[in-house]
Amino acid sequence: MGAAKSNLVELRDLKVAFDGVQVLHGIDLTVGRGEALGLVGESGCGKSVTWLAALGLLPGKAGVSGSVRLEGRELCGSPRSTLESVRGGRIAMIFQDPSSSLNPVLRIGRQITEALALHRGLRGDAARTEALRLMDMVGIPDARSRFDLYAHEFSGGQCQRLMIAMALAGEPDLLIADEPTTALDATIQAQILDLLIQLRAETGMATVFISHDLGAVSQVCERVCVMYAGRIVEQGTVEQLFAAPRHPYTRGLFDAIPRIDGPRQPLVPIPGTVPNPKHLPAGCAFSPRCSRVLQSCHTELPPLVPQGDGRLLACARPVPLALVIHAAKPRTPARIVESALQ
Amino acid sequence: MISFVLTRLLRAIITILAVVTFAFVVLRMSGDPAQVMLGPDVPQDVIDAFRKAWGLDQPVWVQYLAYLKSIFTGDFGVSMRDKASALDLVLERVPATLQLTIPALILKLVIGIPAGIYAALHRQSFADRGVILLAILGFTIPSFVMGLILVLVFSIILGVLPSGGQDTWVHGILPTITMSIGGIGILARFSRSAMIEVMGQPFIRTASAKGLKWRDVVWSHALPNAAVPIVTIVGFMVGSLIAGAVVVESIFSWPGIGRLLIVSVSNRDLAVVQCILLVIAATMVVSNLIVDLLYGWLDPRLRSRAAH
Repeated sequence: MGAAKSNLVELRDLKVAFDGVQVLHGIDLTVGRGEALGLVGESGCGKSVTWLAALGLLPGKAGVSGSVRLEGRELCGSPRSTLESVRGGRIAMIFQDPSSSLNPVLRIGRQITEALALHRGLRGDAARTEALRLMDMVGIPDARSRFDLYAHEFSGGQCQRLMIAMALAGEPDLLIADEPTTALDATIQAQILDLLIQLRAETGMATVFISHDLGAVSQVCERVCVMYAGRIVEQGTVEQLFAAPRHPYTRGLFDAIPRIDGPRQPLVPIPGTVPNPKHLPAGCAFSPRCSRVLQSCHTELPPLVPQGDGRLLACARPVPLALVIHAAKPRTPARIVESALQ
Repeated sequence: MISFVLTRLLRAIITILAVVTFAFVVLRMSGDPAQVMLGPDVPQDVIDAFRKAWGLDQPVWVQYLAYLKSIFTGDFGVSMRDKASALDLVLERVPATLQLTIPALILKLVIGIPAGIYAALHRQSFADRGVILLAILGFTIPSFVMGLILVLVFSIILGVLPSGGQDTWVHGILPTITMSIGGIGILARFSRSAMIEVMGQPFIRTASAKGLKWRDVVWSHALPNAAVPIVTIVGFMVGSLIAGAVVVESIFSWPGIGRLLIVSVSNRDLAVVQCILLVIAATMVVSNLIVDLLYGWLDPRLRSRAAH
């Protein structure tokens, strides 16, 4: 996407191993300036690990190799001080469980002003004023009187708003939202998504949205990467993937979405579970669960190659284009079709 | 908050009452002070006179009520041996005991906690394994064995430190070290596991993701959270400032509460033993109360729970 110079972050052949067990098998990924990229896949596919590794946030026992470049500057293997200056200031991250992601014994205001002091040198009243503005901006009602409260005195949705406020404090160029709505109930999920969309429009920061909710991804993102067992298996624009998912795994994810329009139909779950990284099947990791599996899939790993329409795909026997257009479109929820048509 | 303090106080009083009652009953069941005090070959009328003088001829429940009544009026009885006020006898021994237990407590805190935290932050390293090994050795070796080993090494073989007595501060070194080793081990283990637990929490990842320096993540985000479990253990240690020295005082012939307790128990000096147990129970209860209040100060979640 775009020329190389407009790329904000480039991951090249990023690999992660825990105790010698490879969990990330060489991820190539770019995030453009101001772009919104979705990362989808079931739990345990390496979506979060990719970005935790990129920011050096994995525990010390994790072996990380490859390249992570921020505007051409290499982060992978760089000293701790370099990573610390990037975290929060250039790349901020919010997490899945907002209530336990905030420090329970420190006042909320202090946790936000801490980030302001760190990245913008604001202290005292200036920091307090700016923190109140950020709390206001993310939709915390009556911020002034709640500045000195603790995390347990806020609801889960409000905690995520506070996490976002804290992330915005460093005026980052990229916000990694790691399943930010998974722990929240449906109406709050929608509010947080709207907030993320609105903030991106206002600040122009790029967003990486990690989720297993394709509907949410379609609302927030322009481009989607589908990950399976530590590899990217399909990558394309939201429109491409929603109109015609080519990888059987992507297709499976769509078939598992409940539809809100048309007649009721039973959901089609993907059989089986994500393989344990310790015992990955030979060949394509998805082959044991794949409905379109070939004999060769069990022995040969298909490479991720560009397709005619610009998407990347790693499959020996992708879903034919003509077939998906008829099969998938009626199954997509209305709001997804809407966004695909925009 | 007021109701919280009041319930804690009521509970404290009940605890002390239970200790006092238990001590009273057990002491009277476990031997006759008249026999012990007067020796084996005393005529029966002397024994009877002794019992009558100390009220031991009364039924136990009458003695008990009389005892309760007197302690509520601040009268803790008279020593059968010294004929002096039991409370005075006990209180005059307190400074000697504190001379050992307070420096020992300080050693436990300044060595145990940093060692545990360092080990937690350098998990699986050589230092971590060393700390675990020493901590286990420290709290598994009983203090009487540890005391004898130290005497053997520093008094007998090296001849650099005295093995007993209370003449100078140098005499306090070996007993203080003996007393602190177990506590250092326990605190190191506890601080280590508390810190490891906290460092694995999501909010620590948040603090790192914010761009905070490692040092600030540890100091301002992890330590305040690890404080609660550590304070619990320190509370126990403060509570045993008086009681914790019994064995060590005997080994090093240190004239503190612990030695008084042992002498008084073997003499069946009822009032003194009861008074010591009361003082011990009171320090335990008070330190527990302080720990409970500290919890609320350290962890706002507990504070709001206590308020409801």
